[in-house]
Amino acid sequence: MTQSNTSAVDYNFDVVRQFTVMTVIWGIVGTSVGVLIAAQLIWPALNFDTPWLTYSRLRPLHTNAVIFAFGTSALFATSYYVVQRTCQARLFGGKLASFTFWGWQAVIVAAVISLPLGYNSTKEYAELEWPIDIAITIVWICYAIVFFGTIVKRKSSHIYVANWFFGGFILTVAMLHLVNSMVIPVSAMKSYSIYPGAIDAMIQWWYGHNAVGFLLTAGFLGIMYYFVPKQAERPVYSYRLSIVHFWALISLYIWAGPHHLHYTALPDWAQSVGMVMSMVLFLPSWGGMINGIMTLSGAWHKLRSDPILRFLIVSLSFYGMSTFEGPMMAIKSVNALSHYTDWTVGHVHSGALGWVAMVTIGAVYHLIPILFNQGRMYSIRLINIHFWIHTTGIVLYIVAMWISGVMQGLMWRAVNTDGTLTYSFVESLTASYPFYFIRFLGGVLIVSGFLLMAYNMFKTIGAKDGSLKPAEEA
Amino acid sequence: MDYGTLRGLVALLILALFVIIVVWSYSKKRKASFDEVANSIFEEDDLTKQNKQSHLDKDSKQERK
Repeated sequence: MTQSNTSAVDYNFDVVRQFTVMTVIWGIVGTSVGVLIAAQLIWPALNFDTPWLTYSRLRPLHTNAVIFAFGTSALFATSYYVVQRTCQARLFGGKLASFTFWGWQAVIVAAVISLPLGYNSTKEYAELEWPIDIAITIVWICYAIVFFGTIVKRKSSHIYVANWFFGGFILTVAMLHLVNSMVIPVSAMKSYSIYPGAIDAMIQWWYGHNAVGFLLTAGFLGIMYYFVPKQAERPVYSYRLSIVHFWALISLYIWAGPHHLHYTALPDWAQSVGMVMSMVLFLPSWGGMINGIMTLSGAWHKLRSDPILRFLIVSLSFYGMSTFEGPMMAIKSVNALSHYTDWTVGHVHSGALGWVAMVTIGAVYHLIPILFNQGRMYSIRLINIHFWIHTTGIVLYIVAMWISGVMQGLMWRAVNTDGTLTYSFVESLTASYPFYFIRFLGGVLIVSGFLLMAYNMFKTIGAKDGSLKPAEEA
Repeated sequence: MDYGTLRGLVALLILALFVIIVVWSYSKKRKASFDEVANSIFEEDDLTKQNKQSHLDKDSKQERK
């Protein structure tokens, strides 16, 4: 695919290249930290008795690195690419786009330094302290200006559906971040939330679940609606369904947060609203998944020869799995078993490694040759190996966590005839060790896959322009 | 109007909105323009690419038969 040479519009691909390369780099960093803390759960000595390397400080570093460094860099790259291509217009704002790149990398570096030092606002997925929150806000506003500015100057009359999802994600994340980051600073790196008690918890999980719903879902659905049809070389299965999908998804997701607070001090009615809304959410989620997978209808044979398409389509299968599992886990009686166990961890990673990472990896493999004037990636075989390593890693990870999680839930609730607990907490921990080791192995495979990807990427970038010819269609 | 009635009305309003969106997007009138939009992401590709595309479509149609 060498269309970048023939296009009339002078696209700003510099910023897309920067974000694309950093996506892969942060992918390695984020998953490596994940493997380290997975190893610490088996071999606690791996914190080397230093406070900076304790699990409690590295765990938020892992989540921030994978969500905001890896995932969000991927969203910047793909949204800037897609909005230019579909609007047939150069990115709005000139240097502002470049500012969003350097600004966002600075935010990530600030996180990488401040989290191990122990600065933490204690809000999950919003741990960064208030000065960094302000920096995030500034970069995000610039992101919105660049993105929507490009939409305004588009040449086509219609706004392609992928841009609706990207736009919804950018606006909602801005709103979530502003509301949840409302704090009273008491010193340069310490602040307290302005919300009291249960309200604070509700605001936090309204934020937390919509970070999943809008950043990790809507944004990546934007990727799906452009890159799946592109890689499959056929239009999306149903454009009409994509419109219903968009409006149904964004109007339902926003209510699902309370399912993180079942059986807590949150009012019972709010818990029930969260449960019901989470279950209804199953419908748009599967509508979107079917729309993506059915795009391949009539061209299934491409899955045999094209590992990039395989990444994209399998990501949708994982999306379908986690969006079935999620509503189920939001049911209060199921949640009574699953909550606080490894089942939750397994669920999150089937979404994060299966859906988010795989759709990103597929899109990045699609993008790199286009951005660096090549016909294809340096090695298709390595992409194929990456696919199988990554898939095996996910399966090891989530199966281990499912078994461990259900076992923990059952052990914690087991009572003797006289009403005392059958097992102590430590007994459930000891029982989890074998599964922690399987999870660790899965993580090692995921990191190896990312390393292969980086090698393949730098080989592609380093090759002479146009020297890698597209493979002949079988 | 008490709070409960208001909430009920809002729920009905949102349901009506949803039905309107479905009817709007699935109306026959709009099918052609949506097909065009769905295909618009391939427009920027050069001609040889397009030829290959129509070729592939033909292939897959034959396959489906």
